[in-house]
Amino acid sequence: MNATLERLSPLWFTLGMFLVWEAACRLLKIDPFILPAPSQIAGAIAQYWRPLMRHSFVTLWTTVAGFALAVAFGVILGLIVGWSRTIYRGLYPVMIGFNSIPKVAVVPILVIWFGIGEVPAILTAFLISFFPVVVNVATGLATMEPELEDVLRALGARKMDIMLKVGIPRTQPYLFASLKVAITLAFVGAVVSETIAANAGLGFLMAQAGSNFQMPLVFAGLMMLAVEGIAMYAVFALVDKRMTRWAFRSSLSAAG
Amino acid sequence: MDEAQGVTGFVAIDGVTLAYRGASGPVTALSGASLKVARGEFAAVVGPSGCGKSTLMKLVTGLVRPNQGSVALEGRAVDGPVKMAGMAFQNPNLLPWRTVLDNVLLPLEIVEPHRRRFRAEKAKYRAMGEQLLSTVGLDGFGQRFPWELSGGMQQRASLCRALIHEPALLMLDEPFAALDAFTREELWCVLRDLWQKIGFTVILVTHDLREAAFLADTIHVMSARPGRIVASRTVDLPRPRELAVCYEPRFTALVHELRDKIAEVRQA
Ligand SMILES: Nc1ncnc2c1ncn2[C@@H]1O[C@H](COP(=O)(O)OP(=O)(O)OP(=O)(O)O)[C@@H](O)[C@H]1O
Ligand SMILES: [Mg+2]
Repeated sequence: MNATLERLSPLWFTLGMFLVWEAACRLLKIDPFILPAPSQIAGAIAQYWRPLMRHSFVTLWTTVAGFALAVAFGVILGLIVGWSRTIYRGLYPVMIGFNSIPKVAVVPILVIWFGIGEVPAILTAFLISFFPVVVNVATGLATMEPELEDVLRALGARKMDIMLKVGIPRTQPYLFASLKVAITLAFVGAVVSETIAANAGLGFLMAQAGSNFQMPLVFAGLMMLAVEGIAMYAVFALVDKRMTRWAFRSSLSAAG
Repeated sequence: MDEAQGVTGFVAIDGVTLAYRGASGPVTALSGASLKVARGEFAAVVGPSGCGKSTLMKLVTGLVRPNQGSVALEGRAVDGPVKMAGMAFQNPNLLPWRTVLDNVLLPLEIVEPHRRRFRAEKAKYRAMGEQLLSTVGLDGFGQRFPWELSGGMQQRASLCRALIHEPALLMLDEPFAALDAFTREELWCVLRDLWQKIGFTVILVTHDLREAAFLADTIHVMSARPGRIVASRTVDLPRPRELAVCYEPRFTALVHELRDKIAEVRQA
């Protein structure tokens, strides 16, 4: 009984939040132009369902495309950085510098280069999300037990053997943990870029609706963003859990 | 050839000095260390903590190069990783994503000629692995994962991994240090039996003088850092040895003698 209550608690809390929100809007007679009530937002979602879906798909696609680029590039760079201390030392300051640039500042440059459209959104998503992938993959390689490396080297293993047999498999949990972070960041990047300069996507839709003073539609876009963000995070959280069971088990047994 | 080795030793470390580049200046780990181990001999190395025992293991396997002196294996100078030594450490270091059997078979995926044949003759190698696992009392655990095994069982698997490719040289760096007394004595017997059956050469680093006395043919005592071998003592207890030998007066006397020697070098 208690367990089911606990399992369903996210549902109760979400429902409760919407109820409080609805009640506050009605009782305090809040102008829907400032803060629309959930019922009005639901109405807007129903009314604008088709355009909302269309723009949601654009955002989904730019996010996923940017994220896929980030994973491919991040894994390769992470393996290179984790391979050699010299490369690690050399690239580290460059990467820190790059990562500390707020990516919003890059969007106008991307727009100049590639024009308004999906490309800047994809690239912003990519730029903002590859860093955690690189760092995690490199960390996975760098934290290899030196004694295990000794065991293999005394058998005549080449660096490539050690990478393939130990390094790359052991980065797996680090990689999957970083994917959860990266997908969220990619989503932020795509929406930011769409808001600044695009002709499609949820960010664009909300910016348009805002300038037309259609507050319920703005909030409807926000709801779609929340749903999409949660869904993408949940997918990768699940993948993470499925793929890296051994990492959780072995850390449990190491403690005992 | 064999006679020549009788003179020079299967493992021959001669006047080796080695300094690490530490964070705050160089650390001399070994200074003028010399050691000979004959083929098939069971040698133990004991000494105070930090005296360079692990460093000695790395030298023999070619993982580090001496600053001075020479290291030779089978009469040939060691000038890179040796490509054949089995090693096991205090930490079993099994790969958690592989089953116990696949962990044990790992060296075969690396060492020639097994490496080339591994895919084609997988069934044969798996049978070999299962066989070895059963000799250390792990039959039926091949398909389990390392985390499903106790520390002692993991250490047995680690020993199997060190021996699966039938190395001529087995290097053990405090392999039983983290185990309880009963498990440790059990594994002494496992190691003794494997050694007697297969006949590889062993260099065992240990803090446990009883372990050294029970298992070894020769015990080498190292000085405090910078380390060198200050005494070598032949153990003349008859073989095969049973655990009961540990309670005989001559065994106790030997352990006391070693203890005094270590106390002496720690003072110096
Ligand atoms: N990678 C390294 N860099 C710098 N100094 C090192 C390194 N490895 C070992 N040393 C130093 O060399 C000395 C010998 O180390 P080593 O690990 O060989 O000792 P040990 O006899 O195995 O010690 P223990 O009995 O505690 O295992 C130590 O004083 C240590 O500080
Ligand atoms: Mg040591």
